[in-house]
Amino acid sequence: MADPAAIAQIEDLTFAYGRAPVLHGIDLEIPRGKVVAIMGQSGCGKTTLLRIIAAALLPTRGRARVLGQVTGELDRDGLYALRRRMGMLYQFGALFTDMTVFDNVAFQMREHTDLPEDAIRDLVLLKLEAVGLRGAAPLMPAELSGGMARRVALARAIALDPELILYDEPFTGLDPIALGVIARLVRQLNDALGATAVIVTHDVAETLPLVDYVYFMADGRVVAQGTPAEVRRSGVPFVEQFVSGATDGPVPFHYPAAGYPADLGLAGSA
Amino acid sequence: MVTTGVWRLGYASRFFLYLLAHSGTAFRRFRLTVREVYFAGVLSLIIILVSGLFVGMVLGLQGYDTLQRYGSSEALGVLVALSLVRELGPVVAGLLFASRAGSAITAEIGLMKATEQLSAMEMMAVDPIARVVAPRFWGGVLSMPLLAALFSAMGIFGGYLVGVVLIGVDEGAFWSQMQAAVDVRNDILNGVIKSVVFGVAVTLIAVFEGYDAVPTAEGVSGATTRTVVTSSLAILALDFVLTALMFTGGA
Repeated sequence: MADPAAIAQIEDLTFAYGRAPVLHGIDLEIPRGKVVAIMGQSGCGKTTLLRIIAAALLPTRGRARVLGQVTGELDRDGLYALRRRMGMLYQFGALFTDMTVFDNVAFQMREHTDLPEDAIRDLVLLKLEAVGLRGAAPLMPAELSGGMARRVALARAIALDPELILYDEPFTGLDPIALGVIARLVRQLNDALGATAVIVTHDVAETLPLVDYVYFMADGRVVAQGTPAEVRRSGVPFVEQFVSGATDGPVPFHYPAAGYPADLGLAGSA
Repeated sequence: MVTTGVWRLGYASRFFLYLLAHSGTAFRRFRLTVREVYFAGVLSLIIILVSGLFVGMVLGLQGYDTLQRYGSSEALGVLVALSLVRELGPVVAGLLFASRAGSAITAEIGLMKATEQLSAMEMMAVDPIARVVAPRFWGGVLSMPLLAALFSAMGIFGGYLVGVVLIGVDEGAFWSQMQAAVDVRNDILNGVIKSVVFGVAVTLIAVFEGYDAVPTAEGVSGATTRTVVTSSLAILALDFVLTALMFTGGA
């Protein structure tokens, strides 16, 4: 029976961009107030799944119930109302390059609320202080480093205190210090806001100590799930290879090819 | 290739209707549109004014060369003014606008798409077509007639420089014959109508190509090229249609 306390429920979800399905019969639950990771290789469909939770894509078959609404049944206004309760952090920040850091964080407040400018100013500075970038408010996104840009994007994502925060590969391409900062912020903000977080990532070392629950995906299916401790003990070969970073296992090293000697044209091979 | 073209044309039409339906924000928050008028119009001023000047000067030279064979060199003002106001102003200004402002708009929207800014905006429950595309569209539509008028004005001044100041055509004849021959309704208004139509066509193509661009470097580059080429062809084709409708040669 579906847990009513879950903030998102994916039921027997299939999704295809064109003809070939990218997700096959996924069943998933995101419990309220927790930090959940969806991990897997590049191309396994985890970002697509995140987009479906974000209601940016609609399921081809099956259902996605997010914040109490079935995404496939919503009209445009319903979708927009749903998205106002969510925040999304894109892999490279996706900051608006023609606005300052301040205006980027203030964007949603100005678009969706009637707050006066001094109230917005205080809120923006509050959010920037939470990510440690209050001094960067007048800068343009082009003047920020990658780690700083991602922190500003995080401040922007939490601008309206969302109930659900989605992270698309938040740790990719960051130096160890920035990595640690983002990881700490994800946890802290989630606990402080009482929100739920879904992280799509393939960074095992940084993510497993951070999250409450993990789903492992391969080829558009969920192959393992559990708390980080359970997952480490799971014994599923794919999970073991993924967590240990072994080069060969269920996921082979070699891309399928014809026989090696035949390719090299060696004598005596067919 | 033909089926893709037709499909794309249909998609562009639906895009246009959606854009018109959601243009409320562009007018209610007029500051957004004004900003785009600056980027599309004001920043195009130099190329428009300088080109207008040169086109006018060439018109003066060529016009004098032909007219003086028939002893009609005093009609130079008429020739320069009518050529510019009816045709060259809207068309050449439109072509310049397409290559300068049109490509800039396409590149900007295409890059916003490639860097997921449009996606992020959509995720923040702000319609990117209403917030980003519509102000740029109306900014271009508002700028185009103004730029065409400025082009014609500079051109007439260029024709005056060459004809009267350089060559020595009678100044009184130059201006008075022009005033008599150029009609506000038939010539100037038709020129304005043309420039509005060109403005809509060029800006629509520019915003659509940007919005529909493949979100990669090659995609944006292809989109800006398509904007300039398609806009230029559209201007010339529409010019023929409009000229045929407006100036029937007395028939």
